[in-house]
Amino acid sequence: MTNPGPPEALLTVEGLVKHFPITKGVLRRQVGAVQAVDGLTFDVRTGETLGVVGESGCGKSTMGRLITRLLEPTAGRIEFEGRDITHLGVSGMRPMRRDVQMIFQDPYSSLNPRHTVGTIVGAPFRLQGIAPEGGVKKEVQGLLELVGLSPEHYNRYPHEFSGGQRQRIGIARALALKPKLVVADEPVSALDVSIQAQVVNLLDDLQDELGLTYVIIAHDLSVIRHVSDRIAVMYLGKLVELTDRTSLYTAPAHPYTKALLSAVPVPDPRRRTQRKRILLNGDVPSPISPPSGCRFRTRCWKSAEVCSEQEPPLLELRTGHQVACHFPE
Amino acid sequence: MSEQTGEVFLSVRDLKIHFDTDDGLVKSVDGISFDVRRGSTLGIVGESGSGKSVTSLGVMGLHRTARARISGEVHLDGEELIGADPDRVRRLRGSKMAMIFQDPLSAMHPYFTVGAQIVEAYRVHHAVDRRTARKRAVELLDRVGIPQPDRRVDDYPHQFSGGMRQRAMIAMALVNNPELLIADEPTTALDVTVQAQILDLIRDLQKEFGSAVIIITHDLGVVAELADDILVMYAGRCVERGPAEALFTRPRHPYTWGLLGSMPRIDREQTDRLIPVKGSPPSLINVPEGCAFNPRCPYADVPEGGLTRTERPELTPVPGDDGHHSACHLAHEERTRIWTEEIAPKL
Ligand SMILES: Nc1ncnc2c1ncn2[C@@H]1O[C@H](COP(=O)(O)OP(=O)(O)OP(=O)(O)O)[C@@H](O)[C@H]1O
Ligand SMILES: Nc1ncnc2c1ncn2[C@@H]1O[C@H](COP(=O)(O)OP(=O)(O)O)[C@@H](O)[C@H]1O
Ligand code: SF4
Ligand code: SF4
Ligand SMILES: [Mg+2]
Ligand SMILES: [Mg+2]
Repeated sequence: MTNPGPPEALLTVEGLVKHFPITKGVLRRQVGAVQAVDGLTFDVRTGETLGVVGESGCGKSTMGRLITRLLEPTAGRIEFEGRDITHLGVSGMRPMRRDVQMIFQDPYSSLNPRHTVGTIVGAPFRLQGIAPEGGVKKEVQGLLELVGLSPEHYNRYPHEFSGGQRQRIGIARALALKPKLVVADEPVSALDVSIQAQVVNLLDDLQDELGLTYVIIAHDLSVIRHVSDRIAVMYLGKLVELTDRTSLYTAPAHPYTKALLSAVPVPDPRRRTQRKRILLNGDVPSPISPPSGCRFRTRCWKSAEVCSEQEPPLLELRTGHQVACHFPE
Repeated sequence: MSEQTGEVFLSVRDLKIHFDTDDGLVKSVDGISFDVRRGSTLGIVGESGSGKSVTSLGVMGLHRTARARISGEVHLDGEELIGADPDRVRRLRGSKMAMIFQDPLSAMHPYFTVGAQIVEAYRVHHAVDRRTARKRAVELLDRVGIPQPDRRVDDYPHQFSGGMRQRAMIAMALVNNPELLIADEPTTALDVTVQAQILDLIRDLQKEFGSAVIIITHDLGVVAELADDILVMYAGRCVERGPAEALFTRPRHPYTWGLLGSMPRIDREQTDRLIPVKGSPPSLINVPEGCAFNPRCPYADVPEGGLTRTERPELTPVPGDDGHHSACHLAHEERTRIWTEEIAPKL
């Protein structure tokens, strides 16, 4: 993308990079780096749900932690509502923390077992020094109701709740300060299907009710299809495809996206015999020494000489459909 | 159960596995029955804690704690395993029946090379020298798609990627040509592209060896890909079983409807909300009386006389649908009506 994003962009990310240094010896000399995220450019539009998919280790969580500024980027630029937040320090970020919140994957470890639900969900008020009208307790009880828990749960502890209920507690905490952007990292992947559906519907209702903007990170392509307006596909620290939901699932243009979609088991035994599956060879290469040129070339059936020499830039193939491939479909 | 006929190789009848714990008696498996034929695949689905793994470990004779109370019948190729001599069961395990787990690291020893472990598994059941056994190990690693198997055979498990470890464990399970293979969530920890490779591998191997396979998973997509027959578990019991096609196209149990309604679809554009099941699965110490699903079931009040809350529904044949059984007090005509009029149109 050449222009800095359409006016409705809530968050704009340009050339975002995160390299984790690998050090050796007592002097902690740097001998290399994990290129977890390597040059992402995209925007998140007000009111939309941007889904982010990709296989384990491709940099999804790192991206989420960068845009919520829980991690310091190595390079690149992050703008929230037009304001550069790339290098804001702790105090500079404090007002921003209200607007940008994160929901984590594991409803078991992300809640402090020694704190009551009231303390956990009320924490953002204390941290931000905010006194809601009517008091923290009343506000927290309202939040519990909003996410489908009972206000009487206020004095209970996390271990007294099921996985789905704990995820609701995490969501209530994230919503306490009425954020504009919620980044959810695998919000339902630890949950059973029947509970997963409850939480997916809850996120959906809350978006409508509160006008939230979501970035939802998940490896489950069925969940992503259901929740997203637009979808970004990542491979080894790079964005390989970014488009609206319908185009991605009906006309994927990047070979990796095609392979990924064809690999998902379809819950319909009658379709079993008709399916054409693209089986990829081998494993994802190490992000410490990724392949030259196109990072997918070691597993791509279309790979040609140019693919090892030149990195394919993320370009607009059709309106609103961006792909990083020398030979898109 | 399916049209892919071979003789029944594994037959399980009224299997119960209860555990004595400090909190009370956990009824992990509470009377389940099924058959698996040679050359066919049974898929067992259910949410976490529904008793899937306890069932499979029970078949394999792997509940060795004194706190486990096991009853019922497990016939492997006609031979009764419940109450059989533990040495006999140990000999069958790894030869006639084998298991692959979700986490390969739990099945493999970190301090021995992958090859050494496959060699060991082979030599337990075959009187051959190390060189012959090693040749067999390399051959199997090759068969499951490990590149450069003659070199990788000397690697340690941690030197393999997750997908490769899963393949190595499959190689180890197959080394003695088992006639029954149980795969407990074999791909849950893997990425979809790797999952696709492993599912293909299991399917090919089954074709090649004509073995009976049980695949246990919480993923309805995985069973739809692989299984000839499906068994749905809820709170330690089977609520519905039958041919895969019947379970997906004309399910006759409210819990199965709930699973299908909860599932976001990869294969179609769907703008409607999901239809979740309310509440969460019960603790197996305090299983609800009557039908275990009644606190979560939208139809619990439909059958006359509150039957649902006092009497446990037995698994009965679905009229006119060969091999299809379900356990629900609702009248069959009523269930057919609900499925065709209320549920199917929303999926
Ligand atoms: N603090 C860190 N130090 C070093 N490397 C890291 C660190 N955090 C992440 N990485 C590496 O960066 C890469 C991307 O990790 P990330 O957690 O973003 O992946 P992910 O896409 O979220 O994967 P998953 O689907 O498994 O959650 C991985 O190779 C990971 O090992
Ligand atoms: N050794 C044991 N002692 C007591 N309870 C057990 C034991 N093993 C499993 N359980 C319980 O049995 C139930 C079924 O477990 P399991 O079969 O592992 O479920 P899943 O369907 O997820 O595989 C769970 O409630 C579990 O806690
Ligand atoms: S750039 Fe080349 S290697 Fe990369 S995805 Fe496209 S065709 Fe494949
Ligand atoms: S027996 Fe009653 S509670 Fe159980 S599934 Fe049938 S209708 Fe629902
Ligand atoms: Mg992650
Ligand atoms: Mg299990």
